[in-house]
Amino acid sequence: MKLNKSFLALVMTAFLFAGCSSNDEADGTTADATQGTDASTSGLTDGSLSGSQFGSGGSNGNSRLGAEFSDPNNPLSKQIIYFELDSSQIRQDYVPVVAAHAQYLTAHPNQHVILAGHADERGSSEYNIALGEQRGKSVERLLRSQGVSASQLEVVSYGREKPAATGHNESAWSLNRRVEVGYQ
Amino acid sequence: MILVFRILVLSLMAGFAGVACAAGLTIEITKGSVTAVPIAVVPFAQTGSIGNVKLTSVVNSDLAGSGLFKTLAEDDMLTKPSTPESVNFKDWQVLGQDYMVIGQVDGSGGNYNVQFYLYNVHNGELLIGYRLTAGPNDLRRAAHHISDLIYEKLTGRKGAFNTRIAYVTSSQKGAGKQFMLQVADSDGFNPRTIFESPEPIMAPNWSPDGSKIAYVSFHSKHSEIFVQTLATGQRESVSSYPGINGAPAFSPDGGSLAITLSKDGSPDVYVLNLSGRSLTRLTTGLSIDTEPNWSADGSTIVFTSDQGGKPQLYTIPATGGKVSRLTFQGDYNARGRFSADGKSIAMVTSNGGGDYRIAVMDLATRTVNVISDGRLDDSPSFAPNGSMVLFSANKGGQSVLFVGSTDGATQQKLAFESGEVREPDWGP
Repeated sequence: MKLNKSFLALVMTAFLFAGCSSNDEADGTTADATQGTDASTSGLTDGSLSGSQFGSGGSNGNSRLGAEFSDPNNPLSKQIIYFELDSSQIRQDYVPVVAAHAQYLTAHPNQHVILAGHADERGSSEYNIALGEQRGKSVERLLRSQGVSASQLEVVSYGREKPAATGHNESAWSLNRRVEVGYQ
Repeated sequence: MILVFRILVLSLMAGFAGVACAAGLTIEITKGSVTAVPIAVVPFAQTGSIGNVKLTSVVNSDLAGSGLFKTLAEDDMLTKPSTPESVNFKDWQVLGQDYMVIGQVDGSGGNYNVQFYLYNVHNGELLIGYRLTAGPNDLRRAAHHISDLIYEKLTGRKGAFNTRIAYVTSSQKGAGKQFMLQVADSDGFNPRTIFESPEPIMAPNWSPDGSKIAYVSFHSKHSEIFVQTLATGQRESVSSYPGINGAPAFSPDGGSLAITLSKDGSPDVYVLNLSGRSLTRLTTGLSIDTEPNWSADGSTIVFTSDQGGKPQLYTIPATGGKVSRLTFQGDYNARGRFSADGKSIAMVTSNGGGDYRIAVMDLATRTVNVISDGRLDDSPSFAPNGSMVLFSANKGGQSVLFVGSTDGATQQKLAFESGEVREPDWGP
């Protein structure tokens, strides 16, 4: 038939090499020796992906700290500072909390603290990293102004990546806009 | 003129559930266009062992998902020809079809030999006759390649079905979490984990040649930027300064990363030369400057800044210089991404109503078109051909991925069985 002839004239042959996993993406899984024990990277081979056990990343080891940290009447028991929407200003009600931590840290100059800044989930993820850092740095500034040494403090921002509350409403978001004061 | 309908594409794959289960994915077209061109993709005749991939289902899903085509359900076909001799174009004219595809797939050798024909139903003209061979594991890629050929022939634009995406999943693991950086086909199938950690992973970004992915890992309990070679799995730490190491974006020549660092105070945009590791600081001041992305010609970087009070998009020459504000509508515009042709920028936008959506700005006219309808949409990135935007959204309390057309007319959901899927980046 006519169609068939025109088809034959047009037939092209092509070989699909792009992305053939068995060819150009061979060579397997490589554990990354430069990193900690519980991360793994993998090459794009078929099958065999390495896995490994993860422990929990436990943070506030209150058991190592004095009784004042678990006394609900002591401001030191508050190790989470919450923030208003889009704000990195320390709320008035948290000024005494930060002051109590400042007092403890100046009295214990070898005590190291990680200020983990967090944001709620709204907006873009990397902008939230910046917001979380601003919150951490607000707490850091207030602690520094009350005599805490810079070497005792480290700010890390997790943005919205580690929510404390998992809901998708204001009550969850208000719990996620926070700085966690993590005694190391 | 937008019709909202739902098709569970999996229903077309009855009897092939093994594929979907293996990949853990469903594809769901959540919004389609009535102006789409009707095309009938007739199930290909099969000889030999074909495994459990139904090639024409993949092609149907690709074409329908683009929003430009309306595919014909197999049940509505009067005949199912697989050779040119057996086609009666009147059968297809009656069904209102403009184009049709027939073909055969032979799996009797080790590889798959596929041949297919694309016809104009109205005049019987043969538009494509094509034969290809795919390896044992590459039948889905063969199908995407066929979709690309059909798409290019009928639209005049290159297809982007035979491409890959990267994204981050997170799920509960014991008392903690497990984050996985994964690479999959553009439709979300064939996912493979390239890095995993109990700490967050963020911002994967493809190198222009598709051989590497840059990303942020918190594995060492602070942010650190890595570049990982896909073929070997080997990775290198390229930025581990105090403070933020974030938002890596490959330059179009692949030789540099634009990144965000806060080592000098507030978050600023820097360019890191990957061979010499030299750093050039692009932005200054007390504001947040982050989320850099390069124009395709490498001349300009778009970034998010709150220097005007609220986050808005700004541009700066990639070698440094004068900062210009790009967005003025709404009180939140962030995470700008250039299209490959440099003519538009996708972004996360909010107008104060509390919803964060994906918008596309036409750079010539500066008109902004919101293309998504969620509350928490994020991480837009263009398909290599600029026709679609991949982004994350929250549906039913879970983060999932969507692909939408740049005019907002169509949307397709890529969803995993479980776990949150975020931070997508569309690769070459």
